[in-house]
Amino acid sequence: MTKPTSIERDPLYVVAPPIVTDKTKRFGHIIVWGTFTLMFLLAIIQFLNTNEHITFGFKTWRPVLYAYILWACAIGYSRVLIYGEKGKRTLFVFPAVMFILSIVIFPMLFGLYISFTDWNLSSIDGREFNGLDNFYQMISDPYYWNALKNMIYYVLAVLVEFAIAFLLALLLNSQIRGRKFFRIAFLIPLMLSPVAVSWMVGKSMLEQRFGPVANLGRFLGWETPTFFSSPEIARLTMMCMDAWTFIPLMIIMLLAGLQALPKEVLEAAKVDGANKWTMFKNIIFPIMLPVSLTTLVIRIIFKLKLADIIIIVTAGGPGGATDSVTSFIVREYRDRSNVGYGTLLSFVYLILIIIFMTILIRFVNRWLQRAA
Amino acid sequence: MVAEGSLMKSSFSEKILIYGILLLWTFICLFPIYWTATTSFKTAASVTQGLLIPWIDFEPSWKGWRNLGFSPDTIFTESNPREEFLARFFNTAIISSSASALAVILGSFAAYGLSRFNYKFGFMRNPDISFFFLSQLILPPVVLALPVLVLYRELDLLDTHIGMILLYTLTVLPIVIWIMRDQFNAVPIELEEAALVDGASVWVSFFKIVLPIVLPGIASAFILCLILCWNEYFLAALITSTDAKTMPVMVASQISSQSIKWWNMAAISAALCLPLIIVAIFLERYIVKGMAAGAVKQ
Repeated sequence: MTKPTSIERDPLYVVAPPIVTDKTKRFGHIIVWGTFTLMFLLAIIQFLNTNEHITFGFKTWRPVLYAYILWACAIGYSRVLIYGEKGKRTLFVFPAVMFILSIVIFPMLFGLYISFTDWNLSSIDGREFNGLDNFYQMISDPYYWNALKNMIYYVLAVLVEFAIAFLLALLLNSQIRGRKFFRIAFLIPLMLSPVAVSWMVGKSMLEQRFGPVANLGRFLGWETPTFFSSPEIARLTMMCMDAWTFIPLMIIMLLAGLQALPKEVLEAAKVDGANKWTMFKNIIFPIMLPVSLTTLVIRIIFKLKLADIIIIVTAGGPGGATDSVTSFIVREYRDRSNVGYGTLLSFVYLILIIIFMTILIRFVNRWLQRAA
Repeated sequence: MVAEGSLMKSSFSEKILIYGILLLWTFICLFPIYWTATTSFKTAASVTQGLLIPWIDFEPSWKGWRNLGFSPDTIFTESNPREEFLARFFNTAIISSSASALAVILGSFAAYGLSRFNYKFGFMRNPDISFFFLSQLILPPVVLALPVLVLYRELDLLDTHIGMILLYTLTVLPIVIWIMRDQFNAVPIELEEAALVDGASVWVSFFKIVLPIVLPGIASAFILCLILCWNEYFLAALITSTDAKTMPVMVASQISSQSIKWWNMAAISAALCLPLIIVAIFLERYIVKGMAAGAVKQ
């Protein structure tokens, strides 16, 4: 259980009269264990009921959920009763920790279990433990590896997005009129729902008979403008659509960095007669490195979740060329309602992401230290 | 902001280039919206000819909006699509604003605690706890989706507002904590110490002194959460079916239906985007502040 102990002096040092007595301590323990017992009993009843050992009980597990919430509140309150002032400090972090633990950790543990089962939601048999079968199936599933390969392409596209965003941020930061107008205009794509973008851009503007982009393509001499029939072009189109929505995010972050640049350094370089390119290469870019890397990491995190536009516009086609891992798993689940296999795939993806992000962040930190 | 200007004098041709690129990108950003808005006033003939400019190229018609029940002649009559649309609209509004509010409350408390006190939960110290919160950001929704789906079925939370609110809160909580931690770090501790010396408790000083100072930061965090929740499609598509169905899910189901009527789809997409475009225009300052908070540390 969570025991708050100050290791060293807190930044905000509080001296308060002790409010804890043996009585409050005892009461604190009683409410925690009391509510826990309540939850435990309800859970047992519910468990027996669902397995049809007993006939009474509730229709769903919801009462257990309420008991759980009550228990969580009791733990929180008991912190104050048992630890007094220190407990009050714990209460700041406690709700958020408890919330995440409840909504992430339980489903994750449950998910870990179902990823080793053969569980088809539509079959009557329910789930059956099948050990590593899902894993072997994954190894020989070319579409999953294909989706992972696509993710590499998608992540690499971030570099191009970054270059465009950096250029636009530099321009926005230069002496221009109507900066506010441009900032709002540039921000707007980020506001649009991916679902709406899928229709507005993916389904209507890129429509091959009378979409405006197709018309433009014809005007420029491309005889049969199709955006989703050949694998490479389809993937490129999806990259562009995703870039279109997320470049604003990068522009804003980079612009914030540019505006925080130390003016004196720029002035000094100017006095020394540096031209724009050397100024960018030798001063702006190195100082911007931490901001740039943060921006890239954030963008990559969002990129790894890429799914909505793919699910709606191409559904992974043609032949899996535009599949992201998420869209592939969703199809796996929708078409074959195979929960066990889909969950295993998503867990493998999570592990790959964690490894990738750890390496990336370590690499970024090392780079920053060397630069500093 | 003006300082860079005096720093970098641009020649005339450079100016043309700069404005050219900026205007080009503005065009790229805004054209899809223009296209959608105009298409919602087109008839079948003007759609197939790919006409662009209303009144000059084609005569606007209310067809798309009439089917949705929002044209001038149908707005006061009974209309099922409008009822349906408004129901989805309010679902989205309720779910996203509640989730954002919950995330902002939980996240602000946690961020304040982390910026003011040293914790030790088992082996976890403050940096570990911060990392625990922020690491939730890299969790792809698909990992949670299927287990949560099954769990929600047992808990009778499928297709409920509460279920959606809890999930959305989870997805935006790390972002709130990230933004608010910087906000609280920027507030001088001496202010609270003065209050504490006067005998206020930690919570009182938090609400009376710190909270008013960071209110703009909280607004930024709230608006960012609202945007993310408003547009969220993936989880909503899995969890909701009728009662708590949100707008993106409704629009997506219309897209995939066989007979897409362009003017209908355009009207419905425009209606989905309009609220956030208005938010962007009037609250741009807060949105930018929230995102910039993540980029520039210290």
